[in-house]
Amino acid sequence: MLVLPALCALAFLVTPLIGLLVRTPWASLSDRLFSAEVGTALRLSLICATCATAICLVLGIPLAWLLARAQLPGRGVIRALVTVPLVLPPVVGGVALLLVFGRRGLLGQYLYDWFGVSLPFTTPGVVVAEAFVAMPFLVISVEGALRSTDTRYEEAAATLGASPWYTFRRVTLPAIAPGVIAGGVLCWARALGEFGATITFAGNFPGRTTTMPLAVYLALETDPDAAIVLSLVLLLVSVAVLVSLRERWIRGAV
Amino acid sequence: MQIFRTAGAAAAVVAVTAALAGCGSDDATSTSATGQLSGTVTVFAAASLTETFTKLGHDFEAAHPGVKVVYSFGGSSALAAQIEQGAPADVFASAAPANMQQVIDAGEVTAKPETFVSNRLEIAVPKGNPGTITGLADFGRTEPRIALCAVQVPCGAAAEKVFQISGITPQPDTREQDVKAVLTKVTLDEVDAALVYRTDVQAAGDKVQGIDFPESGKVINTYPIAPLAKAPNAAAAAAFVDYIHSDPAKKVFAAAGFDTP
Repeated sequence: MLVLPALCALAFLVTPLIGLLVRTPWASLSDRLFSAEVGTALRLSLICATCATAICLVLGIPLAWLLARAQLPGRGVIRALVTVPLVLPPVVGGVALLLVFGRRGLLGQYLYDWFGVSLPFTTPGVVVAEAFVAMPFLVISVEGALRSTDTRYEEAAATLGASPWYTFRRVTLPAIAPGVIAGGVLCWARALGEFGATITFAGNFPGRTTTMPLAVYLALETDPDAAIVLSLVLLLVSVAVLVSLRERWIRGAV
Repeated sequence: MQIFRTAGAAAAVVAVTAALAGCGSDDATSTSATGQLSGTVTVFAAASLTETFTKLGHDFEAAHPGVKVVYSFGGSSALAAQIEQGAPADVFASAAPANMQQVIDAGEVTAKPETFVSNRLEIAVPKGNPGTITGLADFGRTEPRIALCAVQVPCGAAAEKVFQISGITPQPDTREQDVKAVLTKVTLDEVDAALVYRTDVQAAGDKVQGIDFPESGKVINTYPIAPLAKAPNAAAAAAFVDYIHSDPAKKVFAAAGFDTP
């Protein structure tokens, strides 16, 4: 009988969310929702997640195309490497980013000495950390979509005289659009919720690097009710993301 | 056969639950009939006490075989919040009376806390002082990269007082959760300057340089310690608190740079 363990699993996953709703300070909710701290953290989170998703789209779709279409030796190894940030504990990702892009980092020291640019403790640093952890979602989703589309349409376009870039733009991309959208939404949601890499690499400063998950963590020590309200906002955003991934829009992609 | 399958699934669920409950049990005990201490003592202590308490824990275990000292070091405000939410601790040592008061107000401490050491702030810069920091006034400039403790953490609260007294508006680039996180940013050369405790500068050795400033003597952090009311191992908790107040412990604190009362 599978029903009993399944019900236990469902209860296990759903009860904390119900607990969050039950413990929300409904009386002071509207005051807290529109307070400055919530607004600043939410705005920063939305901007950083969107920028990170844009970077992931621009860099990730070509990488997915490479993995799905190009005849590379060692494709399996590359795919495994691309998936590493997916399974890596986020804080380990943050430490790794610090060692590479920190002021004394492998690449960061040249960035700093030559251009005076240093990523830690800046908003671009947050975007880099979020893009690092979220890109595998996009690459895997788009690669899956590419593998499942028929290459004959692309071959037909080539025989009709279309350049590779034209084919990619007008034939391939529309065909994999559901996969790109699904991957992009997952990427955005993952970037929005990133905590470990952000706090380790980008630090914590309100308005500059304090995203919503960091704000929740900090608020828990001083004002648990504020932490609950912030958590509720993130929960609603997550639910909205899931609702948007409705099957009839992304059939065959996820 | 259906009934056997249902029973099997139910037994599996019960077994998993029991195993999880077993994971949560602790082995704290109190004194046995002969008066010997035993079991585990869980100490929640401010991050700045990491080195001294670790050493004193070893000394305490040597003096009381059968007792194991287990630590959770962190920002005093985070530890106080965990105690309020029911974390199973025996002793709480905070870097400021305010966080101890938080725990007393929540009813988790009924004994009278006693101050065992005090500490003062010092400017920490990476080895070589790449940001050419000369004093507290540099904290008001935007060019240097500055790390400070979050305001709710004792070293952050003390830093705010210092800046108020000296009339400087600090321009930090990051606010960290405890003083050791701030110190790490300095040892990694990610920031040009930070405000940490004098004891942290000493503990970091030659990875970090310290710069003293005149206002440091005006803001002293006093550290209270108290056993918790719901301590699982009350006898060992009381013995540990007594040991922290003893003369050998005072020597260890003094050697690390703390001021002892």
